[in-house]
Amino acid sequence: MEILNALALLTNFVLIPATAYGAQIALGALGVTLIFGILRFANFSHGEMMSFGAMATILFTWLLQGQGVSIHPLPTALLGLPVGILVAIGVTLTADRVVFRYYRNQRVTPITLAMASIGLMFVLAGLVRFIIGPEHQNIADGERFLISAFEFRNMTGLDEGIAIRQTQVITFVIALIAVVALFWFLQKTRAGKAMRAYSDNEDLALLSGINPDRVVKIAWIITGALAATAATLYSLDKVYQPFIFLQMLLPIFAATILGGIGQPVGAVIGAFVVAYSEVMVTYAFRRFVGYLGPNDWVPDSMIQLMSTNYKFAVSFIILVVVLLVRPTGIIRGKVIER
Amino acid sequence: MTSRGALYFAIMAAALLATGIFQSWNVAFGILSMCLISAIMALGLNIQWGYGGLLNFGVMGFTALGAVTAMLVSMPPIPEAWEAGGAGIMVSLMLLIATVAVILVARRMVPDHLRTPVTVVLVIAGFFFIRVFYIPATERIEAVNPAETGYLGGLGLPILLSWVLGGLVAAGAAWLIGKVALGLRADYLAIATLGISEIIIAIVKYEDWMTRGVRNVTNLPRPTPPEFEIRVAEWFVGMASFLGTDDTRAAIALALKSIFIVLFLIVLVVVFWFSERALKSPWGRMMRAIRDNRDAAAAMGKDVTSRHLQVFVLGCAVVGVGGAMLTTMDGQFTPTTYIPLRYTFLIWVMVILGGSGNNWGAVLGGFIIWFVWVQAEPFGHWFMDASTMFMADDNWLRQHMISGAVYMRYMLMGVILLTVMRFAPRGLIPERS
Repeated sequence: MEILNALALLTNFVLIPATAYGAQIALGALGVTLIFGILRFANFSHGEMMSFGAMATILFTWLLQGQGVSIHPLPTALLGLPVGILVAIGVTLTADRVVFRYYRNQRVTPITLAMASIGLMFVLAGLVRFIIGPEHQNIADGERFLISAFEFRNMTGLDEGIAIRQTQVITFVIALIAVVALFWFLQKTRAGKAMRAYSDNEDLALLSGINPDRVVKIAWIITGALAATAATLYSLDKVYQPFIFLQMLLPIFAATILGGIGQPVGAVIGAFVVAYSEVMVTYAFRRFVGYLGPNDWVPDSMIQLMSTNYKFAVSFIILVVVLLVRPTGIIRGKVIER
Repeated sequence: MTSRGALYFAIMAAALLATGIFQSWNVAFGILSMCLISAIMALGLNIQWGYGGLLNFGVMGFTALGAVTAMLVSMPPIPEAWEAGGAGIMVSLMLLIATVAVILVARRMVPDHLRTPVTVVLVIAGFFFIRVFYIPATERIEAVNPAETGYLGGLGLPILLSWVLGGLVAAGAAWLIGKVALGLRADYLAIATLGISEIIIAIVKYEDWMTRGVRNVTNLPRPTPPEFEIRVAEWFVGMASFLGTDDTRAAIALALKSIFIVLFLIVLVVVFWFSERALKSPWGRMMRAIRDNRDAAAAMGKDVTSRHLQVFVLGCAVVGVGGAMLTTMDGQFTPTTYIPLRYTFLIWVMVILGGSGNNWGAVLGGFIIWFVWVQAEPFGHWFMDASTMFMADDNWLRQHMISGAVYMRYMLMGVILLTVMRFAPRGLIPERS
């Protein structure tokens, strides 16, 4: 019984939140890894692209709520999401047309492209704050729990409850659909194969008659769609606030590099490694150990490696360790020369 | 500097004068003093990016290190807090040093294949061992009069000393970070430094025993003479009669700002002189050679990694000095105000706009961008007001546009950066080739 309680505790506070968070990071990291693999630069504006997509979702959701549209028990934002995706795709394609295409044709170094993405980051950050403001917005209006801790305790007779929030399930399901669809696209369709070929070896791909503009365009479309989805799911699960998305870049980049640049499977694995490490390192294992120990005994210390305030440090340590130990990532990704 | 460069500086001076005449001299002096600090920070970043080609996206972190040093140097110590937890903190510090020493020695002693596991075990053991002393000490310190202090206080030394110490602290941190991160490729280094700066901010924001964290430390001692001394000082009376002002309060504010401006100007001149000398020396030519073709420079026997470490440390030191100066002028330490867009990427816009690799360019960029950054707010307000004139005053769209006008400055910075990169990639005052 004690062991079951300990496991329930861990599931409730570590496994479930980390899985939802990992799914959100994975969707972000997939976009970054695609752009890294195909356009060969670190896209620092990715966070603001996500933010912009989520903002569009929220605005459309408000419009729907104003009209009295509701799909209760599901959150209304799910209806807004397609609009957010379209807007985000509009943003990425416009950004490519106005900013990145010029440099691509100039064949500049990846640093110049990264720097251009900083300019784009400023513009998007300003637009987002201008349109929706810097305050946090809560958009979760659906049913709160699928199973509440109270119900779980009654069902199982355990002391510890497992609460499953609806947004966590929605996050996981949508992320799963998105990832499966993406992998199907990359593995089975002509366009997807062309993208992988282009990412592996640009010159060979060009020789085989692959149209680079088309590959780049598809990459941006997918990135925009994933970015809006990731940010909307994050906002549903936690809260929407513009400044968060610049900070989210760090775990997203860590996941991308850990997985191997240009490797979608790696990005997903990397995202879950980052998310689980972050939650586990900042979780206080006090009661967990208490259940495993002798009766009615609880350790004096919190048994928490790091306070939650330092969760960036986890991504950062992962990042540095990967770069020093295995710079190509888990799945051998490309090493882009300067 | 070319005649075109001189023209840009003349335009900049005219813009500041116009601000003084049409807005107020108080605003103009305020902008000028921040322009000087921005120029110093831009010089620091220019040493890294312009000379060495290092992509440091962690400027914010080193600014904050300078800032926290200014606070720790100037504030008086809190004896009660030292009594409560000073010993514990000192023991933790010793243990930290001891742990690092043990790890370094152990890494030498054990065979190669055991090195990583032994290091990991020692790090974890040391971590938990230190916390036994550290956590209770911090809790006791934070419990001492938390409404007013709740931290150890500082050293109670003159705040001007921190301008040197802030640079040294930032340099020390940069050395540690550079040792680990500088082997990385350019864009990886950018990501890593972005992460480090977030961690530094998290530390100064949440280690309350050291910095009071989000409760801020206000009323830092000022390096300027107190107001009652200025009021009767000869130069002040002369200045007031020259300006022909009756408003003594406003005149004193101006006088205080002028003192800062003079101090900042001295630092700027010193930093500039050293940077320029370094750039023109054999060392500067070597740095540019490494930047332009790393492999060729390495083949010529240049030690690329340690030269990179050198510019990284030097640049961070200058940024740290800037951070200390900024806090000195603000008179308070507020960790929550550190956001990357303002403290990292804005400095980048300055360097790119001015002309990377050129010190005059970095200074000009610092001036222009800070001026635009400040003036974008009233201008954005005016623009939104004027462009929505036809709407009723209580129209929600009009109100929304006016209240959001302040965020125009982010957009403006992005547009400036993208425009410069596209149409004048070498900046306003290009590097001499």
